[in-house]
Amino acid sequence: MTPWLIFGAKAVGGLACQMGVGPAFTIVERRVAAWIQGRVGPNRVGPLGLFQPLADLVKFISKEQIVPADADRVLFLLGPLLVFAPPIFGFCVIPYGNMIGDEHLQIANLPIGVLFVMSVISTGVYGMMLGGWASNNKYALLGSLRASAQIISYELSLGLAILIAVMMSSSLDLNVIVEQQAGKGFGAWNVFGGGHLSQLPSGLLGFGLMFICALAENNRLPFDLSECEAELVGGYHTEYSSMSLGVFMLSEYLSMILMCGLMTSIYLGGWSFPGITDPSDHSILAGLISWAVFMTKILSMMFVYVWIRWTLPRFKYNQLMDLGWKAFLPASLVNIALLAVIGVMGV
Amino acid sequence: MQWTYAAIYAAIAVLLGSAILGASHLISPYAPNAIKNETYECGVPIQSDARERFSVRFYLVAIMFILFDIETVFMIPWAVLYKQLGVPGLIEVGLFFAVLSSGLVYLWKRGGLEWD
Repeated sequence: MTPWLIFGAKAVGGLACQMGVGPAFTIVERRVAAWIQGRVGPNRVGPLGLFQPLADLVKFISKEQIVPADADRVLFLLGPLLVFAPPIFGFCVIPYGNMIGDEHLQIANLPIGVLFVMSVISTGVYGMMLGGWASNNKYALLGSLRASAQIISYELSLGLAILIAVMMSSSLDLNVIVEQQAGKGFGAWNVFGGGHLSQLPSGLLGFGLMFICALAENNRLPFDLSECEAELVGGYHTEYSSMSLGVFMLSEYLSMILMCGLMTSIYLGGWSFPGITDPSDHSILAGLISWAVFMTKILSMMFVYVWIRWTLPRFKYNQLMDLGWKAFLPASLVNIALLAVIGVMGV
Repeated sequence: MQWTYAAIYAAIAVLLGSAILGASHLISPYAPNAIKNETYECGVPIQSDARERFSVRFYLVAIMFILFDIETVFMIPWAVLYKQLGVPGLIEVGLFFAVLSSGLVYLWKRGGLEWD
């Protein structure tokens, strides 16, 4: 019985990281956007507008769901679910805190966690494709085509950037990768070379590539070509209304949390921070502190996402594809070749 | 056991999504009519079905993706063990790497990456 209770507690903790923080981040994003643009932003619902996500939820749920007459009904209704489930499922291998007792704060401790997250992330594209195609709307179809071509193009560089961290840690187990980086100072983080100064350039380049590819994977500005409202109305979710639209919006935040969680785990030391967390302390308090450190890292990265969104203009589609195939792919290949030579020669 | 946990969590993810969408279907009003159910096309009468021919470049990107993604998959086992494999492993993966890079160069020279 006890293993199931522990699993339940871990599952609730993992869901809290995503379903708790995701909706709450929508208000952060809108307030930060307003702050950057010198506006006030939503501030009417509750103190400082903090209850805005709840009001949005009530409004989304109580609106009529319109299914266009020409749409493929089953696929149309299935689309949001296929976008929503993968980011939640993928989070089950991300270690969101230090061990408490003998238990890793990780829902399922899979030995091939990195591979698992990569494969789950790539399934998210099906929901967008199906949703856009099933709408039978020209804007939606174009949006979904753009989204899928963009996501698969940047997935190559993303996979190769993840490979850099795997090479530094010599493991596919996310727990092992995080523990290698924990408790040895900033230099042990994979972004700073994973403990070897000679690997520092590879780490920095790998993390930079991964961060930008993550922006493209999550369809965030400057890569949100799939839904650029000036040309495509709303992209693949043009025909969606009510909670189906809400689920598409929420999934964007959920996959941001998953992607930032993965980046944090493989490059930025996961739940560890020199001077704050102690990897050998397995008490409940230490576990909570490490969880707070982990969430702080994720939220800081998401803040940078918002910051970039209101700073950079959108790319043109040919620029986007050129950047992915002609700049990022060669750069990540060269990065891997360099790291392989450095690692094998033991410089 | 851990895979069982993962499978259960997958079920939780799907159920949660279905619950949110289902709740909306139960609560929200439902009053369709012909005008409301028309496909949105900026308000003008619909000209044609949306499922027409589209640029072949999208197919091309998908095919190129499969080729290069398999490369990543083949390199993952090597990446985990590359320090133990040492110089022989480096030479072997270097050959593999050279073949694929020349593929990318060929693609580039033939204009497969142009988007105009």
